[in-house]
Amino acid sequence: MLAAVKKIWARTAYGQLANQGVLGMNRRNHSYIARYNPRHLYPLVDNKLKTKRLAEEYSVRVPKLVGAIENQHDIILLDSLVAKLQGFCIKPCKGSGGKGIIVITGRDARGFIKANGQVITAENLHRHISNILAGLFSLGGKPDIALIETLIHADERMTAFTYEGVPDLRVIVFCGFPVMAMMRLSCKASGGKANLHQGAVGVGIDIKTGAAVNAIQNGASIKVHPDTQQELSALQVPAWQELLELACGCYDMTGLGYLGVDLVLDRDLGPLLLELNARPGLSIQIANKAGLLPRLQAVEQLKKIERYSNLERVAFAREHFAAL
Amino acid sequence: MKTGPSSVYVLAVLLLILGASLSIYRHVQFEVPWLPGEQRTIWSIEAKIEFDSQDAPVKASFATPDNQPGFERLSERTASPGFGLAFVDEGGARRAEWSIRQASGQQTLYYQVDMVAKPESLDGNQALPPALRLVSHTGPQAAAAKELLDRARSRSADAYTLARELINEFNTQAQLAQLLNHSQKRIVWLVDLLNQAGVPAREVLVLNLEDGRRRQSLTSVLQVFENDRYQLFNIDTAEQGRHPNQLIWQAHAGALLDLAGGSRSKVHFSIIKQEVPVSRVLREKNLSERNLLDFSVHSLPLEDQALFKGILLIPMGVMIVVFLRILVGIRTSGTFMPVLIAMAFIQTNLVPGLIGFSLIVGVGLVIRSYLSRHNLLLVARISAVIITVIILIAIFAILAYRLGLTEGLKITFFPMIILSWTIERISILWEEEGPSEVLTQVGGSLFVAVLAYAVMSNNLVRHLTFNFLGLQFVFMAVVLLCGNYTGYRLTELRRFKPFIGRPD
Repeated sequence: MLAAVKKIWARTAYGQLANQGVLGMNRRNHSYIARYNPRHLYPLVDNKLKTKRLAEEYSVRVPKLVGAIENQHDIILLDSLVAKLQGFCIKPCKGSGGKGIIVITGRDARGFIKANGQVITAENLHRHISNILAGLFSLGGKPDIALIETLIHADERMTAFTYEGVPDLRVIVFCGFPVMAMMRLSCKASGGKANLHQGAVGVGIDIKTGAAVNAIQNGASIKVHPDTQQELSALQVPAWQELLELACGCYDMTGLGYLGVDLVLDRDLGPLLLELNARPGLSIQIANKAGLLPRLQAVEQLKKIERYSNLERVAFAREHFAAL
Repeated sequence: MKTGPSSVYVLAVLLLILGASLSIYRHVQFEVPWLPGEQRTIWSIEAKIEFDSQDAPVKASFATPDNQPGFERLSERTASPGFGLAFVDEGGARRAEWSIRQASGQQTLYYQVDMVAKPESLDGNQALPPALRLVSHTGPQAAAAKELLDRARSRSADAYTLARELINEFNTQAQLAQLLNHSQKRIVWLVDLLNQAGVPAREVLVLNLEDGRRRQSLTSVLQVFENDRYQLFNIDTAEQGRHPNQLIWQAHAGALLDLAGGSRSKVHFSIIKQEVPVSRVLREKNLSERNLLDFSVHSLPLEDQALFKGILLIPMGVMIVVFLRILVGIRTSGTFMPVLIAMAFIQTNLVPGLIGFSLIVGVGLVIRSYLSRHNLLLVARISAVIITVIILIAIFAILAYRLGLTEGLKITFFPMIILSWTIERISILWEEEGPSEVLTQVGGSLFVAVLAYAVMSNNLVRHLTFNFLGLQFVFMAVVLLCGNYTGYRLTELRRFKPFIGRPD
């Protein structure tokens, strides 16, 4: 009787998702975020300035901070801050989802040249910073700080797969173990942003090899990048071991058990930490065609988890979380 | 620090048992039925009399309502600590008389009466007409009065048309009416003039019954007799007839409240509507000593009961939000905003409510987008939106009233602060995520609000939540259980569609 019910249940949509270990929103919030992410640690990741200082403390490489603008009357200092730089990047300290980020790659007589080739006048750039300070892009509209960073030069092996923007790597790190990874490629439809819900391409990456598993855009599978026409299955992330080690280090740095780590591979500097997320999304499972639950539970079942070193954790993950 | 899920289940089961047993106890002990069943409408009306006394003997005589076409008195109660109480009959009028030897400071007396609505007897409209009372007036006012009466008489056929024309005369002949108003009130003139014309008439005080109203007062209307039947007239609009929800509180001469030894008296009324099974009404009639309804919140004054009637529905709406967000996964703008909107819909009714909501939010968004150009700080911006919303509500109310849509006045029931935040949130969402996300969230919110409205305005739900306080524990248990649901949301089946139907 009970077995029959179980059999029918397994055939329903609910049962099928459960069988494949897909992590749902309720379970993520209840069993992982609420349980493994202490509330008081959130500011470490929600505030990029704090993340950056913490990263420097732990010798984790991050894009270099040129300066921070905290008050409206300091906006004029921008010009002296970036005087010697050809390109730079302005982002809100407490922003989320890539909102409010402006990338400047050069200048001409009219003003600054944005990554997409458009020109923004110095006056408009000042106004953008003023908006950042007023909290236009921050969580809850709170007053914010504008950060100015050096430009990231994405590794050439990666840029072929992306249209504008910098391709970044999202790794879900659970208790220090990298459990799932995804490359996020911006495209025309996403306006140069690397966010999946804005239409960016997500490429699931095999934890074992760093090679592409599957790619999606707007929730549906795709084979080639819509703008560059690159075959996405050819994507192989370079410096894979290094990237995983960096991602795992972020757990030791923040203490957050369920963490989304966004990394980027710089041409000159190698792997860099871009930002951290205490509430990473679930679409990474669709990109990988795999559920998170079996991997999370595998880590939860390990004994004396605190004795694993960074390298041991990466090794365990590469051995156990390979794509099928 | 954190306790396991099992302790929550234990707590939920305990709450379930507690809530169920409380409810069953009420059902068995007080015979409160589970279903609304065949019902009689009972209006419980509470008059609150407040006055100041000055260390002197106090005697307060208060008019009470009597059986009348449409209503029958079921029971009455008073609350007046320290006062002596008697019901006295003064020339056919029954009055409650409180007395005390010495009282100082502010005094509050309560008089509560339950009236059974009998709409079937409303056509009767029978009563003993009062004796004609002829008052002679002198001077210019007498002449003015005579002129009004003559004009009205020439255009009327019987007592009712005479009364109607007389009121119309008062409205059209503004100058004469003003002259008359100097010496006595319009209603007194109307009674005098009708009596002069040989038509028995009098001023009566009526209460308009509406569920859950507080701080109401009586309105005075004109009662005109033809033989032993009568009609009521609105003395301003000459509107004739009696609404089924109009209770005649005082029909006989004399003041509503006669107070000796006190000053600064105030009287106001609270009203609550109850649907009660017929059998109980019949039984109560024989046993009028006992309280009629055994309300779960019965120990409270009626004024507060009326409040609770709405408050006790909120958990039901909250539960719907919990279901739709956790089990279904509908995205709303603001977690419990839909419940508050649903509460407003209960006051405004669904369609006017939806129209009002769309109007305010739509126009608010346009104005908010203009405000955003000025780069204001958050608190100032929200404040500006709040003021905008209030101005909009005032304008819409006035416009609707001018156009004769009295329903439009109920737009004031919308929670203004919540609406302002909604506008703010929607406009940020629009800028950040685009119109499609706005549509999803606003549509989701309205869907939840309409569903919550449908449940909260359901007769059975209202009956159960108000009569069985124990159900609140059951709601609590259900919400706790939902808080532990870690399964998939219905919308996630769509989101994770690539995983469904894959061969293993």
